[in-house]
Amino acid sequence: MKHEFRVRVGPAGFRIGSDWKQPIDQLAALYSDYPAPDIPDFTVRLFAQRPWRRFLRPSVMIGGDYMLPDAAPVSLAHGLLAAEMGMNLQMALGQRRYLLLHASAVERDGKALLMTGHSGAGKSTLSALLGERGWRFMGDEFVLVDLSTAVVHAFPRLVSLKNEAITLFEGAVDADRLGPLMRDTPKGDIRHLQPPTDAIAKMSEPARPALLLFPRFGHAPDVREVGEAEVFVRLTQASTNYVALGEAGFDALSSLVRTIPTRAVDYPDTENAVASVERLWMELAE
Amino acid sequence: MNTNAYRADPPEARRVIALDGVALIFHRPSGLTHILAPPAPQILEALAEGDAEPAALLDRLKRDYDFGDSDDLEAALEARIAELEMSGLVWRA
Amino acid sequence: MTDAGILTRALVDPSTTQNFDAGDWTALIAMARAEQLMGSLAHRLDGLGFLPEKVAQLCADARRFAEHARRQALWEAEMSRRVLAPLGEPVVLLKGTAYVAAGLSAGVGRSIGDLDILVSHEALDAVERALTGQGGWEWVKEDAYDDAYYRDYMHELPPLIHKERDRMIDVHHTVLPLTAKPTPDAVSMIADSVELENGLRILSPADMVCHSAAHLFADGDLAGGLRNLWDIDQLLRDFGTRDGFWKALGQRAERHQLAKPVARALRLAEALYETPLDGALARRGRVGDALYIRRLLARDDWGRETRKFLRLAFYIRSHWLRMPPLMLIRHLWTKWRKGQN
Repeated sequence: MKHEFRVRVGPAGFRIGSDWKQPIDQLAALYSDYPAPDIPDFTVRLFAQRPWRRFLRPSVMIGGDYMLPDAAPVSLAHGLLAAEMGMNLQMALGQRRYLLLHASAVERDGKALLMTGHSGAGKSTLSALLGERGWRFMGDEFVLVDLSTAVVHAFPRLVSLKNEAITLFEGAVDADRLGPLMRDTPKGDIRHLQPPTDAIAKMSEPARPALLLFPRFGHAPDVREVGEAEVFVRLTQASTNYVALGEAGFDALSSLVRTIPTRAVDYPDTENAVASVERLWMELAE
Repeated sequence: MNTNAYRADPPEARRVIALDGVALIFHRPSGLTHILAPPAPQILEALAEGDAEPAALLDRLKRDYDFGDSDDLEAALEARIAELEMSGLVWRA
Repeated sequence: MTDAGILTRALVDPSTTQNFDAGDWTALIAMARAEQLMGSLAHRLDGLGFLPEKVAQLCADARRFAEHARRQALWEAEMSRRVLAPLGEPVVLLKGTAYVAAGLSAGVGRSIGDLDILVSHEALDAVERALTGQGGWEWVKEDAYDDAYYRDYMHELPPLIHKERDRMIDVHHTVLPLTAKPTPDAVSMIADSVELENGLRILSPADMVCHSAAHLFADGDLAGGLRNLWDIDQLLRDFGTRDGFWKALGQRAERHQLAKPVARALRLAEALYETPLDGALARRGRVGDALYIRRLLARDDWGRETRKFLRLAFYIRSHWLRMPPLMLIRHLWTKWRKGQN
């Protein structure tokens, strides 16, 4: 294609082709510290629906090795978002080497804290915040569970800050680490954040899962135990490839569920969340 | 075809893990995961002895488990078998 | 200009990839995925010592996924068997599910979508009742027009999806749309079908090739054609050495009014996959094959379809093959009016 960028995030390499220069330049700036794969795992294509739509009201179609048949185009101003969506789509539909959990993760002392829940539950913001406060950021979207050793692999792509979460980081982090502010995307306002340097440098180091939390933002502080069967069901729902991995996926997930301490956590605001995460980590992480 | 006997895959076809009171089952022929509460796992175990009609199956279960003296046992058992049949774990022999 | 020739050559002779650089591998994998041939390619490349580590990984992933597809397909077939067996009607598995159920080479690494079965026209109502009754399947969409369209002009019931398992079944009573010009003899296909151990059936070898050839040309704008043609190549390699196969293929192709499509499929398979053939059946020396080959190979190193004009030409053609002209206009008109509401 006319413009191309390659990047490896954790164990997954991507080749992103585009009919336009702008999204590629933005990717190159924000992923500047990442390695480039020579043979990528996945191809993403950003293309115009019709040749003249490259220039006239340009809208970006998202394609690649794995595609959704009815994906809607996004405006060129949101081209970086389109690239990120395309990469996520390849992982969600095409990842066959690891059990993919829709979860965020941070690491300390070789041990990983996993957080999963519905979108809007705050797992992404919380992981990014912890990444700025002494934890190693492993990813805000996907965690990759190894099928043979039960460790988890990092997937530290750009953090996708949404709406109110954007102001938490503006001013607090180096401005070079922030992408363009994209207003009124299908998911509201979005601004991408480059993960901290150590998160990128250590992205090939796996960690042993030591604590699993189901956070919920905007509720009175509360901590509840969750039964193993419920944890299992919630994690299968948080996985896009559990079924496709067959018995290997079953083994990896059931042994994770039986060994990892798990809590559901409600919190009213992010400061409260960071404090309760630190406390639970001290109490439970083995 | 007019028998009412049910059949299940042999135990090797399933990987079973106990999780707080329920059985987590990976069913190898289908690649599907099921979470079963009692007495469904026990029904599968009892069918490992061979095909059985509901009445005979109930006798096998009574031998190993105490059901008290409820009178609708056979109807309740048939309802559980129907669920297992829908999930593909048992079928008509 | 890059085209999918590197993919067909790698499938025929995996050693052609020996001197590939990273760019070649990247292109090959993108093309194989776009053509739904990654699983088949992964099996062909399995065990080659010179594969880069990443390629070996991606191939292992693809084989794992194909194994899942195989298991899922066989399970859907088994679930339909349990529901349909009491009817005592022959149920013939078609396409991918048939290949894996029979252990044919065409099934190795193949991606398999819906379950396709062939039943007699007379059994259609009973089959429909059994599937939607205790079977647990339901209509994908309730729409009177599409319903009538499928039943009147197409060769299958409107698609059904299973409530729990989310998998589709297509129930056919003939192998091409009723309006298509060739009218394969579905009754004799069922009569000649072969019973598997579990009571389900598959088409006879000759009919399987006829069906696959009909499918290659009748379905869509030759999209997915390389995969369909790979099926044909693998079937011919499995069956070609059996006594009497080529003679039977000639006879069945005539009977199903598919002599021309079968001959063309044979020639294309020979051209792209070096399939060993019986020369007389292929009717070599026909014009037009070059255009088909260009269309089938129209894919670039990003996995994108190329040669757009050629594709459009084939698309218009493919609709004409499926439906007589007048009906085509009515179909597009009705679809257009629906879009207005």
